[in-house]
Amino acid sequence: MKYILCAACTGLLVASCVNVKEYQKQKLNDSEMVLGNRKIQKTETSFQVYREGASGANGGKTGGGCGCN
Amino acid sequence: MKKVFLSACTLLSLMKLQAQQKDSAFVPRKLHIDEINLVSSYYHQDGNNSAVTGGIGTEKLTDIANVLDIKLFRYDRKGRKNNFGLEMGIDHYTSASSDKIDLKANSSASSADTRFYPSVNWSRENETKGSTFGGGLSFSNEFDYQSIGVNVLYAQKTRNRNGEFTARLQAYLDKVKMIAPYELRSPSNEDVEDEGWKNRNSYSGSFSWTQVINRNLQVAVLADVVQQNGYLGLPFHRVYFTDGSVHQENLPDSRFKIPVGLRANYFLGDRFIFRAYYRYYSDNWGLSAHTADLEVPVKISPFLSISPFYRFYSQHAVKYFAPYGGHTGKDEYYTSNYDLSTFNSNFLGAGIRWAPVNGVFGWQHFHMIELRYGHYDRTNGLNSNIVSLHLQYK
Repeated sequence: MKYILCAACTGLLVASCVNVKEYQKQKLNDSEMVLGNRKIQKTETSFQVYREGASGANGGKTGGGCGCN
Repeated sequence: MKKVFLSACTLLSLMKLQAQQKDSAFVPRKLHIDEINLVSSYYHQDGNNSAVTGGIGTEKLTDIANVLDIKLFRYDRKGRKNNFGLEMGIDHYTSASSDKIDLKANSSASSADTRFYPSVNWSRENETKGSTFGGGLSFSNEFDYQSIGVNVLYAQKTRNRNGEFTARLQAYLDKVKMIAPYELRSPSNEDVEDEGWKNRNSYSGSFSWTQVINRNLQVAVLADVVQQNGYLGLPFHRVYFTDGSVHQENLPDSRFKIPVGLRANYFLGDRFIFRAYYRYYSDNWGLSAHTADLEVPVKISPFLSISPFYRFYSQHAVKYFAPYGGHTGKDEYYTSNYDLSTFNSNFLGAGIRWAPVNGVFGWQHFHMIELRYGHYDRTNGLNSNIVSLHLQYK
């Protein structure tokens, strides 16, 4: 049931896409609208990778590169 | 004469128009500094489930991290944008639990360490085709851990520039120094320098799709596939069995992880931004986790914003975890590392960001200053505080 709900939400989201021109992206280009962790979160993300078992899917570390999990 | 004059004027106008067209197509090929960022953080944690002492004992740790990153770009002869990134990071930490590798020591060499991690990356963006190709190298070194990383990426935007697919392949070739708890070393091998290194290799594929939904909303779907091989525990982590005997942590030499995430950023009105993130994680050690994160930057003015945030995290333990004195000799794999146990955590805080149009303190190139504080609480008792400062030069 939850997969159907996810698929329906995704379908609805994609269907609602409108063609946004470059000159209409003033808000989307705001530095706080960036689709990823911001630079100031670098150490936070790092300590979360050490202190928690899960990592990845955030555009950053997926494992390895440090003595963490 | 009138016809000659008109013809000359027309010709001059055409020549001027042609020159203007050439000017608009001209892009400087000189190397430019895009931005310079300095991020400094102070982190302090405390708890009573240290893996070094078998799941009991202090986890007090302090870390000071500094990362300097420089971004440069230049256009090549074909008009493609080449981006260069140089990053230099230095962390210094003091750890009360690492100090307990030797239980009798009051303050040993392992009580503090410095980690040094430089990296370089390059990417070439073809703005006409909307494609980007690039790669990077990284290195990390501390007393008992070394890492070399390499990555390549390819990204392609859709024709209308509202969607982008990115694929990145990464490999980390790491080495762990085999520092055993002091009492588990053979009498002939008490010198830690002689215990050698073991390999830990991590390979991952990271894929993302970003999509503009409308003028205020954009989303990203992220997925990673990660395979780790080699020595995946830490040699100085103790495990106490039910019979009171002490052992080194022992974990499988292979781990396969799949995290999947979704981001959605929405600009509400002229003042509020909603930054939402959700991740589901699963691996073949039996660990599964949910992460939900919401940050709401509020624009007090076009140049000043305040960003409260909250993050909830919940994980189910790996199948090899048991607390102090919980394992038996029948267990093939065992750990008392509470980072791999079952717990929930809450991370709450706020940031303030100031980017005045004339530069911070009137210095035009000092583009932005940001300060952020967060408090972290884990249901098994660990708590921490972090303060970060970001300075940006443009």
